[in-house]
Amino acid sequence: MDAKPRSLIGIEPLDAREILKILALAKRMNPARPRNTLRGRRIALLFYENSTRTRTSFEIAAKALGASTVVIHTATTSVQKGESLKDTGLTLQSIFDAIVMRHPSSGAPVLLSRLVDIPIINAGDGMHAHPSQALLDAFTILQHRKSMKGLKIVTVGDIFHSRVARSDANLFSKLGARVVLCGPDVLLPDCARELAPGVEIVRDMDEAVRGADIVMMLRVQQERLSGMQMNVDEYVRRYQLTPARLKLAKKDALVMHPGPMIRGMEMTDEVADCPQSVVLEQVLNGVKVRMAILQILLGGEQ
Amino acid sequence: MSTLLLTGGHLIDPAQNIDAPADLLLGDGRVVKIAEPGTITEADEKINLKGLIVAPGFIDLHVHLREPGQTHKESIATGTAAAAAGGFTSVCAMPNTRPTNDSPAITRWMQDSERGAVVNVFPIAAATIGSQGEKLSNYRELKQAGAVAVSDDGQPILDDRVMREALAMAAKVGLAVIQHAEDTRLSNNNPMNEGATAFRLGLRGQSAASEWQMIERDVRLASQEGSRLHVAHVSTTKSLEMIRLGRASNVQVTAEVTPHHFLFTEEACADYDTRYKMNPPLRSAADREALLAGLVDGTIDAIATDHAPHAQFEKLVEFDKAAFGVTGLEIALGAAITALHHSGKVSLRRIVELFSTNPAKIVGLQGRGTLAAGSLADVTIFDPKKRWTYDLDKTRSRSKNCPYGGMKFYGKARATIVGGKVVFSEL
Repeated sequence: MDAKPRSLIGIEPLDAREILKILALAKRMNPARPRNTLRGRRIALLFYENSTRTRTSFEIAAKALGASTVVIHTATTSVQKGESLKDTGLTLQSIFDAIVMRHPSSGAPVLLSRLVDIPIINAGDGMHAHPSQALLDAFTILQHRKSMKGLKIVTVGDIFHSRVARSDANLFSKLGARVVLCGPDVLLPDCARELAPGVEIVRDMDEAVRGADIVMMLRVQQERLSGMQMNVDEYVRRYQLTPARLKLAKKDALVMHPGPMIRGMEMTDEVADCPQSVVLEQVLNGVKVRMAILQILLGGEQ
Repeated sequence: MSTLLLTGGHLIDPAQNIDAPADLLLGDGRVVKIAEPGTITEADEKINLKGLIVAPGFIDLHVHLREPGQTHKESIATGTAAAAAGGFTSVCAMPNTRPTNDSPAITRWMQDSERGAVVNVFPIAAATIGSQGEKLSNYRELKQAGAVAVSDDGQPILDDRVMREALAMAAKVGLAVIQHAEDTRLSNNNPMNEGATAFRLGLRGQSAASEWQMIERDVRLASQEGSRLHVAHVSTTKSLEMIRLGRASNVQVTAEVTPHHFLFTEEACADYDTRYKMNPPLRSAADREALLAGLVDGTIDAIATDHAPHAQFEKLVEFDKAAFGVTGLEIALGAAITALHHSGKVSLRRIVELFSTNPAKIVGLQGRGTLAAGSLADVTIFDPKKRWTYDLDKTRSRSKNCPYGGMKFYGKARATIVGGKVVFSEL
């Protein structure tokens, strides 16, 4: 967490110890057993971009800790009238104890955290970061594996546009996993190798998936394939997770997806519903991890 | 004739091959003569310049004075005051004003004494009407009105045919075409350099190719008889190669570099700090090294600031939404001496070439860029050893969009003389 006020903008400033601390606290969190540790605290959910999963997850997490929340959709606020992020932030600061923020511009939470003195929790900024998603992905993996050290984690698809892939790569690398990225070069430029120490690029999906512990599939963003030197059919042929491809991975490999998932695109129906798929676990774990994040940032560590 | 004697200084005038202690006598707005130290005794006024360098007035080929139309960012008065404090006696003002300076009327208006300019203002007129890249403006009339070059800075001329026509017409009239080399179809207004840093930050990048491919094309088009192409703010390694290739085949092509491009790299954007957002963007460490080498080996002819003032509300926003640009008039000399001379890379004579001799030639300013007898009495006096800290709160510019506040430099202008009059002095 950044120093004073503590915010969660990205994974980069965290070390492995801090990450594991959040995950350990998440283990003790359960939305079905609400607490009152953040009673009286007000949390703004400032969403400049649509989101179902992440917004609901943060909202439930905050309420399960006794905090009150207000969702602010910028489409219906003074932002539409031209208010700057700075002025929105200063206004919210006088009413709220923390801001959970989703924004289409990479780095927007960095700017906001410089301008206000309350914690900012990044719920996804542009193509940059989605730290709570990376934490819940790690949490999910660690429910099935003792440690992240030495695991082969393969992420397949549109890495370029994915804030999840960036945060995941950072976090998995910090916890000692072998991070393999796979996709066509327009969606995965060579410089992605420099995202974090030990990140590898493997272009051939069979090769990438072979022996993997975790296969993380990203949504195929059809709007982004148009204009590329590749059509949807070819993309699906080369990068879809099929039962045959999944067989190349370890027997007990986990299939993950940050959602929203498009069946028949990045993975087949069979794979989406196979016993190895932990997609639905990810959703529940999201609430637990976000409870832990809010508790640490707003309530101290207990 | 009222005379001013600058005595005790070390005079550097590359145009006359002078780099020695000498006295300089000015009178009636002109240089009367250069003489051995102590040999002139008669003068109305004397200034002792012991330990200082006396050089032909510095000329900034690339500034945005924002007037007419955007005086919340800068005005001709405030921008030229900053120029004087930085040691510049002349500035060439880009045409992206509101309205665009594509007419003799605006060109004259900018030079009117009513504007309150402290140093010489030489407008660079729009190369095409409204800088729309379609129809050429009237170069002959613009030149008569005082324009020293044509450019669609910031909105580069993409159409080959229009660029060829611009170069041909400018050649006929005797003007250089200054091109901000950027294929905007490739760079797409992206906020920083393409590469690992942009990828990590989740920002879209401008490729080096979007710059050098445009230079490659422009050099090819400028190979026609008499054309002069000046490349604004070069920023990539390969851009320099294109310029060298052009010269090797006798194309008249010159180039400038900005202080920020030889001081910083793309890494400066790592915190989404919009003070480091400019166009062209800060490039890789290898590019920066290439620019420094180009300043040493002569591939780059001039240092120009691309002084681009913006109000805080235009900069203190999301990185991808922030305005491009950085101010620089007050630190350019310090930046150059620190990065190039103090580090032992170049002589002070080369610094003077980059700031005065060469810029005067590039835009054809007769009687400037030298202190030969009879030239205009534009003089920059600077202390190359002076260690100083830039105090941004005291800037003469109306805007503070730069990262230089608190930075330490070697080398500072101590006095600026325009047409024989001292317009800035810290003596």
